[in-house]
Amino acid sequence: MSEAIMIRDAVCSFCGCLCDDINVEVEDGKIQRVRHACRLGSSKIMGHARIQSPMIRKNGVLVAASFQEAYDKAAEILLAAAKPLLYGWASTSCEAAKKGILLAEEVGGVLDSTATVCHGPSVIGIEEKGLPGATLGQVKNRADTIVFWGCNPAEAHPRHSLRYSSNSCGKFTPEGREGRKIIVVDVRETKTSKNADKFIRICPGSDYEVISALRMLIAGKGESVPDEVGGVLKADLADIAATLKAAKFGAVFFGLGITHSRGRYKNIDNALSLVAELNSHSKFVIMPMRGHYNVGGIGQVLAWSSGYPMSVDFTRGGPYFNPGETSACDLLARRDVDAALIIAADAVSNFPRATAKALAGIPVIQIDPYENPTTLLSDVVIPSAIAGVEVEGTAYRMDGLALRLRKMVDCSLPSDEDILMGILESVHKQRQMTANEGA
Amino acid sequence: MISGRTLAQGAGCESKMSTDFFKAVAICHLSEKDFKSLGLSEGRNVLLKNEFGQVVLTAKKDAGLPDSMVFIPMGPWANVLVGTETGGCGTPHFKGLEVEVAATNSPVLNIRELFFGLGA
Amino acid sequence: MIIKGGIVYDPANGIYGDEMDLFIDKGRMVEAAKGEEIDARGLLVMPGGVDAHSHIAGKKVNTGRIMRPDDARIGTEPRTAVCRPSTGYTVPNCYAMGYRYARMGYTTAFEAATPILEARHTHEELEEIPIIDKGALTLFGNNWQVMECVRDKDLTKLAAYVAWGLRAAKGYGVKIVNPGGGEAWGFGGNVKSQNDIVPNFDVTPAEIIVGLAKANEMLNLPHSIHLHFNNLGKPGNYTTAIETLDLLKDLKPSRMRQVVHVAHMQFSAYGGTSWRDFESKAPAIADYFNCHNHATMDMGQLLFGSATTMTADAPLEYGNARLTHNKWSNHDIELEESSGVVPMVYNRKMLVNAVQWAIGLELALLVKDPWKVLMTTDHPNGSPFVNYPEVITLLMSKPKRDLEMATLHEQVPKRTTLAGMEREMDWTDIAIMTRAAPARVLGLEDKGHLGPGADGDVSIYDLRPEEVDTSLDHVLVKKALANAKYTIKGGVVVSKEGQILATPPGRTFWVDAAVPQADTDRLMVDLEEKFAKYYSIQIANYAVQDAYLPHAQIIRAGLPVLSEVA
Repeated sequence: MSEAIMIRDAVCSFCGCLCDDINVEVEDGKIQRVRHACRLGSSKIMGHARIQSPMIRKNGVLVAASFQEAYDKAAEILLAAAKPLLYGWASTSCEAAKKGILLAEEVGGVLDSTATVCHGPSVIGIEEKGLPGATLGQVKNRADTIVFWGCNPAEAHPRHSLRYSSNSCGKFTPEGREGRKIIVVDVRETKTSKNADKFIRICPGSDYEVISALRMLIAGKGESVPDEVGGVLKADLADIAATLKAAKFGAVFFGLGITHSRGRYKNIDNALSLVAELNSHSKFVIMPMRGHYNVGGIGQVLAWSSGYPMSVDFTRGGPYFNPGETSACDLLARRDVDAALIIAADAVSNFPRATAKALAGIPVIQIDPYENPTTLLSDVVIPSAIAGVEVEGTAYRMDGLALRLRKMVDCSLPSDEDILMGILESVHKQRQMTANEGA
Repeated sequence: MISGRTLAQGAGCESKMSTDFFKAVAICHLSEKDFKSLGLSEGRNVLLKNEFGQVVLTAKKDAGLPDSMVFIPMGPWANVLVGTETGGCGTPHFKGLEVEVAATNSPVLNIRELFFGLGA
Repeated sequence: MIIKGGIVYDPANGIYGDEMDLFIDKGRMVEAAKGEEIDARGLLVMPGGVDAHSHIAGKKVNTGRIMRPDDARIGTEPRTAVCRPSTGYTVPNCYAMGYRYARMGYTTAFEAATPILEARHTHEELEEIPIIDKGALTLFGNNWQVMECVRDKDLTKLAAYVAWGLRAAKGYGVKIVNPGGGEAWGFGGNVKSQNDIVPNFDVTPAEIIVGLAKANEMLNLPHSIHLHFNNLGKPGNYTTAIETLDLLKDLKPSRMRQVVHVAHMQFSAYGGTSWRDFESKAPAIADYFNCHNHATMDMGQLLFGSATTMTADAPLEYGNARLTHNKWSNHDIELEESSGVVPMVYNRKMLVNAVQWAIGLELALLVKDPWKVLMTTDHPNGSPFVNYPEVITLLMSKPKRDLEMATLHEQVPKRTTLAGMEREMDWTDIAIMTRAAPARVLGLEDKGHLGPGADGDVSIYDLRPEEVDTSLDHVLVKKALANAKYTIKGGVVVSKEGQILATPPGRTFWVDAAVPQADTDRLMVDLEEKFAKYYSIQIANYAVQDAYLPHAQIIRAGLPVLSEVA
């Protein structure tokens, strides 16, 4: 029996908070205890049932195979495809993302991330208006007014409020929650709204109108605002507008409640304009609440590699980007891709039913530590080690801050990066063989 | 209908084939009034239907929800009701969908049943 | 490798257009070598270009890319057998940066501004830029720890922090941007002069600048402080520039170099009281540089067309966004900095832009000693770096300047002195401004020259210095400068006539300065408190890990006695 080792200040690789104060007790190569993490983080770090072996589908059944066989089969699928989709990337390291981009260039595929079904509209909004933001520590140290719009950190980012936002204490915010005004805007009551000084319940799909009304009120054009907007009384909106204008430092955090609803990227565009305009009255910043821990990272890596942060089509040699055309859901719905590599994401669960059905009709390669509905449709399944638990790597927090993920325990499985390199090498090998045959 | 993250859904999203995940996600939250007016009781199921599909879920009372709104934890059951249209921005409407809700005696499909025959 | 018969300009070694052979062995210049022969007979040969101030990597560059898919589209070049794909014009992807610098004959470029907290990101991008050697300057001018040390007049602790910060950021030198203004921006404010009190910190920008300059010299750093003035980009700001420079004129440099390098001087050489009576004060600035020897500058030349402004001067960017109604990104960095990004189009018919264009050229032409002026566009603030050949030809050709002037707003000759300027630079001036001087200003001993031991970085252009009339044949010159006939990096031909032939990884320079342990110990008490209370991450996760610099080149500095002991 070996002695327990304590790993201190490790980074949690669950959500976009990337809490970096996690202590983990390891004994006999196994994680025994996790301290400081929330329920989501502990659950991930303590682990779940894993895929044990690579598998290849034969006669409709997944059969165990070697890693090399799986790499070769995956390469064969990608090489045979005219337009493969390489999708996922939110729950793996930037190092894996780099290899994935190389593979997408090599086989002429489309690379898209789970942002496409989460904060993709936010990215488009940022393309329209820019992002007036800050690091989370800036909010912690300065914010006296915080708005949570269409997000529920109490369930999605459980330590956000204590570490970074409503309940955190900093240099100019020594009183923490007491010294702050918290406003929650949502279509329903949530655990987050229960912590608010003011909860504004809006009608579903009315975010755009409510933001517009606030912009009018802040610009001093309140006379044009009707008595009720999106189910909210004008007096309440005027009250909020006054609070926002009076802030010393305000922060807006927004979630999928606004990106997934009617208006989508236009809602974000409008919210970004609201925050930009608020800066003529007070200091204000805004930030998307990124869900998967490294969905920000794949966006960063893709941007510096290809110029675009998501939905990049490499089939023409030069990167091409046009959301709606080159995004995963649209490509699948149009049956415009003829193979898919799904890595570190469960597309079958998280896409609309008809989109998932399109995946069933094409060869699918899955790289993931866990079995999930995507496994049920996959033709090649390759299990991987978990970044941030079993392998090191880089991840980007929701505010764009890069952190180094630690390795806590050993794992006999290869990392996502290794697997992608294995496939890439097989692609080279098979290309060479074809060239030799031709010669 | 709106869908979204819950703590239990998040904690289970890396063990989707488990019964814990099934219990956390194959549910439909309704306001107390709607719950009552549909004649539901704890453990009863509801059938949700729209132009994109239909799905049976276990009904759950939620005092925080306004009337005429249902909330389903994000995931494969909710997505049966989501269409493919992205309005040119790549993202489907996962929230704000119109659905018909009725009490039902049909069982809730487990995850394997939910995807059975999808390829066919 | 032997480069035969070139007309060599190597001003650092007193070579001004001599015909000679050059030799490279194991990546370095040597007295004699064998191997591959490159025929450079009669052609212009210079050391590889060195860019001492360019925004090539990090959060704000990537923010520029993310908010500008329109820009990415402009520069799309497909992948080849050798190259990854390229995109972008003002904010190119990492690969394009390496290829485009190499095509122009540049082999080194320094990222101008990185907060310590976000240095990991900067190094991720630097490592992804192929071919060229690089480094990143580290931002200190709005850092709480810096301001507290300056307030407490604790210079040794300040020096210990600078050394610690450079090590944490794997940074090369001390960058100061609108000191105090970035902190004030934390609550939406700014400082209006170098003598304003920074809110909540009881120090002035002037004290921050002088304190950091002293610490810089105590640490014997290869580069001086690298300063972006307060009030940058505002009419009438030339007085801020001169008064700030005057604060530093009696400081002794610890090495044979300037005490302060002024970033993108063009943006701080403005007269007038508003944009209405805006005019050039380049002559006053140039006069100051001609009479003093403690400062160098880079031009920050502005060219007409598309640019993306990006700077740690966040209030300036907010102003740009308000002025242009363009999209605006801002990014405050806890305890350290702020920053902003705004796309821009400079228009030759717009008086302000036309005057700005003239000011950059005036500065370069009026300062007599080319060793004091580096050629830059403050990429991509004034223009993307791919337009360096345009700047060089403007400096070399009065007829070209006259042609341009004729297309500008008619008030330009009244607001600037450019029209009457006869000076035309020669290849020696250009070799100094683009090679020898940036290397000397940065303190890169093996760059910017071709003497034995120097890096084997050479650019050869399809121009015959003995035949070409650089004044009249400016079209030809510009074309030849855009695509070097050969660019040789570390003894490898990386680019030939615009085609990339090899993409070796470049090195990243960073400075490790030794300080007394006792000073570091005192510093750590402060830092541990800051991390416990104010930073949003743990101190253990702060410093950039070695894994991010697989091609690191460490330059030692610090107290000479200590470094000998170490």
